Amino acid sequence: MWKWVWEGIRRGIVTTAYPARQETAPGVSPGFPAGMPRTVVASEEIEAVVSCCPTEALVREDRQVSFQEQRCIHCYRCLRHLTPPLEWQRQGNYEWAASSRPRAEMEKKFGKSFRRSLHLRVIDAGACGACLSEIEQLNKPYYNMHRLGFFLTPTPRDADVLLVAGPVTDHMRLPLLKAYEAMPAPKGVLALGACAIWGGIFGSSFASLGGASSLIPVDILVPGCPPPPLAILHALLAMVGRAQPKMCLPADSPQGGKTHV
Amino acid sequence: MEKYDSNIVRPSDLAETIAKRWHWQLNVSLNAKLSQCYVECDRSHLLDLCRWLIDDMEYDFASLIVEEASDAWLLRYIFYSESSSEQVHLCLSLNKMEKTIPSISRIIHAADWREREARDLFGLEFEGHPRLVNIVLHEEWPEGVHPLRKDFDGTRPYPHREVEPSWRPPRVVQGPGVFMMPIGPVFSDAAESALFLLETVGEDVIRTTPRFFYKFRGVEKIAEGQSVDRVLLLAERFSGTSAFGHSLAFCQAVETICRIDVPARAKTLRVIFAELERFRHHLATIAGICNSTALAVATSQASILEEEALRLCCTLTGHRYLFGLNIPGGVALDLGKEQGDILRHALPVLFKNLERLYNLLRYSSSFLDRLEEVGMVAKEDARSYGLVGPIARASGIARDLRKVLPYATYAEVPFEVPTEEEGDGYTRLRVLFREAEQSVKIITALSSSLPEGEASAPGVAVKPGAALGWAEAPRGATFHWLRIAEDGNVARYHLTTPSFTNWHGFHLAAEDFAFQDFPIIMATFGLSNAECDR
Repeated sequence: MWKWVWEGIRRGIVTTAYPARQETAPGVSPGFPAGMPRTVVASEEIEAVVSCCPTEALVREDRQVSFQEQRCIHCYRCLRHLTPPLEWQRQGNYEWAASSRPRAEMEKKFGKSFRRSLHLRVIDAGACGACLSEIEQLNKPYYNMHRLGFFLTPTPRDADVLLVAGPVTDHMRLPLLKAYEAMPAPKGVLALGACAIWGGIFGSSFASLGGASSLIPVDILVPGCPPPPLAILHALLAMVGRAQPKMCLPADSPQGGKTHV
Repeated sequence: MEKYDSNIVRPSDLAETIAKRWHWQLNVSLNAKLSQCYVECDRSHLLDLCRWLIDDMEYDFASLIVEEASDAWLLRYIFYSESSSEQVHLCLSLNKMEKTIPSISRIIHAADWREREARDLFGLEFEGHPRLVNIVLHEEWPEGVHPLRKDFDGTRPYPHREVEPSWRPPRVVQGPGVFMMPIGPVFSDAAESALFLLETVGEDVIRTTPRFFYKFRGVEKIAEGQSVDRVLLLAERFSGTSAFGHSLAFCQAVETICRIDVPARAKTLRVIFAELERFRHHLATIAGICNSTALAVATSQASILEEEALRLCCTLTGHRYLFGLNIPGGVALDLGKEQGDILRHALPVLFKNLERLYNLLRYSSSFLDRLEEVGMVAKEDARSYGLVGPIARASGIARDLRKVLPYATYAEVPFEVPTEEEGDGYTRLRVLFREAEQSVKIITALSSSLPEGEASAPGVAVKPGAALGWAEAPRGATFHWLRIAEDGNVARYHLTTPSFTNWHGFHLAAEDFAFQDFPIIMATFGLSNAECDR
């Protein structure tokens, strides 16, 4: 057994300094298009930019192209199939959490006592596996969310926050509702990734609802496909009032979590 | 039923043997370029042909693909083999009015779940099937509604009937003290949704009945009528942890249909990315196995390597799970000299640490006690269930699509297919380690000698047609059947995934073992429900 103890010591600490310091290591985030909204003069150019996006994350607003983080699925078509390509920002770009509720309301919801002890229950409502893999990384040395007071719990009865991933398939509708109802108040819901926000590439169909907000109230949206661990960490900090989420329209409104400009 | 290519050559030995044996009653043809042998078969010959292929020719069943044409049901039974590089497609065309087909499940057990799936999705009845009950559609779906039929509108939500929330499937094992322990669909820390009904007398699990398709997103249905570009996004996102393998199979199907010549550089890059994904996937599975045995330091060390592999993928390609790389005709991103250097520098370091972990694990007796002789899958069982991937290779079946049906540049790359015989949990772990080693070898060999040229074919035009694409995804063989309609949109997309194939055989490993071994057996299988449920 001593060999394992030695191995642990030998490897040392790898945990990120976030949120005390920004994480600068390469490869922690797939990034988003940068410099948005962008003013484009030629109307053909706007058309080219908007039409290369398969999920309407790039939208035309008069003479501008604006970017909806919630709708982006990192297909990189605006980076690799467009001339000239859009600029992408990866380094230091992961604080994506958005909420329709004012910060004061979020702080009131969980109060001071939850700030360093928040229990999370993950619900896989049809996720592709990448979101779940990123959540698991949070539990592992590089991100180690325990140090910030976040813990995964195997039962919704112990959970304060539900992490919903996937477009909410019909077969998972009942288990999701049951888990939500089993949680003690106050309860928070975090919609993880494009699928849980608006259905993602699967959308709403005969087999899936197209997002969690049509079934249960969602507090915080985490864009990304999948959201990298640091984006999820940022959302969790926002949940307990330790970080400032972006403001967005309510997820169940017609524009589906569109960011305020 | 099938319009064959003009490049049909004289029938090979196999085609001739089939034709002779059935007294020239069957129409047999061959596509030499794709090494595919098509047999136009009718219902009276189906069972004989299957029996002959499996018993005499030692072929394995790969998949059953159902298509609905305007006036007929088209069924395609695909066979492949460990020793030959030929595929056999048995094509059966049935009048639309006929809904019963002889079941092949009594001859080929691997077809069991596939026939149940076809019954749920198309409403076909397989005569003589041992247990033709629902698999994809759960009890809230009314009888007689089949979502993959052309007349079913998949774009709108479907009104389901209410079910009793405490619904349970009937218990099979009866006796004093027997009870059923349900696990799921929401269980453990971040496990994927599935329900496992374990029947036990207290300690030993006597029977395991898994229920999947909680995550059924209807990918095959929502792909219909969409453009190839859009379906590509579905192909890589329905199973995010094996995105590159699946998008590769999809792109290869498109390239076969549209007769696109993929440049040599693109093919080599595909092999590099596919092996990078396999390496990362195996690291994640190894971390999962360590976690299931509660060996904390090993879990941490394996997870550190997994995150480092994720960061490496992101640094090279922009995405941690290799999304957005494959496109019909090649890859969307070339590896520059700088990226090549990063890869050549980072990979040996990762591999050295992985070897170190392996050497620590194989001398940790408390860890080995939990894995050795646990979750056994015998070779004959693995064969009859048609298991694929590392699980099959741990049970003595050396079948690997990279060798038997080589694609991209695998035919020119020297590598081994690690195969072991014991079929227990520890064997599966060893196979994972050895495959990760082979992946590193392949990447190292290829990344220093990338052929010059373009990373993708220019001017790709979508043409109508149908073809099969395949790849050895990290979890095993995957087959993507694609039909493109005259308007350039997808008419039928069928996914054969390794997780679906292997979950079928999971109960073999999870029965007759102690209850506490269950999570360990599940971790050594390392399957994805997203990949299974689609």
